[in-house]
Amino acid sequence: MDLVTPGLGLIVWTTIVFLILVFLLGKFAWKPILSAVQAREEAIDQALKQAESARAEMGKLQASNEQLLKQAREEREAIVKEGRAMRDAMVAEAKESASVEAAKILESARTQIHQEKMAAVTELKNQVAQLAVDMAEKVLRAELAQPEVAKANIDRDLKDLNLN
Amino acid sequence: MGLGRFFTLFTAVIMPLGSVLASEEVGHSEHSSAPVEHVADEHATDEAHAPKEEGFNPNELIMHHIADSHGWHILDWDGHAVSLPLPVILWTNDGLVVFSSSEFHHDTEGHHVVNAGGQQFVNKHEKIYYAGTEDKPLDFSITKNVLSLIMGAVLIVLIFLSAARFYAKNTNKAPRGLASFVEPLILFVRDDIARGAIPEKHLNRFVPYLLTLFFFIWVNNLLGLVPFFPGGANLTGNIAVTLVLAAFTLIITNVNGTKDYWMHIVWMPGVPTPLKPILALIELIGVFTKPFSLMIRLFANITAGHILVLSLVSLIFIFESVWISPGSIVLTLFISTLELLVAALQAYVFTMLTAMSFGAAVEEHHHDDHAHAEGHH
Repeated sequence: MDLVTPGLGLIVWTTIVFLILVFLLGKFAWKPILSAVQAREEAIDQALKQAESARAEMGKLQASNEQLLKQAREEREAIVKEGRAMRDAMVAEAKESASVEAAKILESARTQIHQEKMAAVTELKNQVAQLAVDMAEKVLRAELAQPEVAKANIDRDLKDLNLN
Repeated sequence: MGLGRFFTLFTAVIMPLGSVLASEEVGHSEHSSAPVEHVADEHATDEAHAPKEEGFNPNELIMHHIADSHGWHILDWDGHAVSLPLPVILWTNDGLVVFSSSEFHHDTEGHHVVNAGGQQFVNKHEKIYYAGTEDKPLDFSITKNVLSLIMGAVLIVLIFLSAARFYAKNTNKAPRGLASFVEPLILFVRDDIARGAIPEKHLNRFVPYLLTLFFFIWVNNLLGLVPFFPGGANLTGNIAVTLVLAAFTLIITNVNGTKDYWMHIVWMPGVPTPLKPILALIELIGVFTKPFSLMIRLFANITAGHILVLSLVSLIFIFESVWISPGSIVLTLFISTLELLVAALQAYVFTMLTAMSFGAAVEEHHHDDHAHAEGHH
């Protein structure tokens, strides 16, 4: 049957055309396309790997950042604490010294006041004594001018003295 | 007679679609025998030729279409055939003779004698004979199929060379335009056809050939489905073409066959010695039957598709009624869509089996007898 009898002409032409196709496509299509695709696949692979390692790196960095941050926070806290302690100490010291000073001032003031008071009292005593002596002089003078009155008074005083 | 033959063919082709259609045909063939009857008295003695002269003969139409021809018949206009004349190239006893197919004036019955190069030729059913003899010169004409082959090849080259230009210009970029269309196909052939069948070490050696093979078959299958010029040639449904492709598979497989491959053919390891010659015989036959089945499979599938589509279109002319056309169109549309699938599927199957054949040729076997007992069932 014609249908299943291959024709020589078509066999020859198919062989020629197909071989040309294999050659042309192999050299100018498949080779550049396949190598480009492969290169791209490798590039993508590499990029993915790089991204992966970058991510890991970043994770590491983040961890160390956190570590650093934690450390910094701790340090800050320590510094603040120290400062606070120092301040408290200073304030306490200041308070202490101030109160000591105040006490000292107070003490000296009190001593001075006391001395002043004593001086005043002595002065007053002297003056009172002077006054008393003057008064006594005057009285004595008057009494001595009238000896009976003086005698009566001395008697009465003596009586009083005895009563004491 | 022609109708009868057509229906035999039609039934054979359509049989798998179900007996419902088949039973309908019986009814039709009874019905359509009427017009043949009234011309029967004139041509009672020569019944075989009667339908050819009396109107439409689908068998002739279909057979004419699926066969090769000198000159490309495009359409009939006003009762005259319009066809593209093609060069007839003959290697005769007196050397090369070239003339145009139009010199036959559409005669394929061997009546019209062409004088060329001092010799006489006739075209008898698209075969060139020396006039008045049964001898044929060697025919290397650019026939319809050869022209279709060349156009298909040019198309493939244009598509893939322009796609390749994208890759030359852009490194490591996502494919765009034509490249984005062909790249998945190329990767499909490389990863899903070749990679599964051929060991990774030998993969790059065979992939370019497999790509060429796949696209050659697919593109030509698709061109064959285009119902008008410049498509429609039954190229991949021609046994000469499938013969060449299968022969390439056969040659490349056996040229690349390793020692292992040949050992498994002529002296199968891991098998009792008395069985070895028998297996060798079977394996040797197998070397040829595998490509042979490739040849037949592609030829039969594509030819059957063409026959089916043409049969369905012919229904309109068989019944000589325009009312048949909606049904005919729906069925043709259905089959044509199916043929689109078959076009890709057959390219896939041919390439796949070729890849497996290459894979078997270069595969390295691990030599332990247990594995052989397991592996060669």
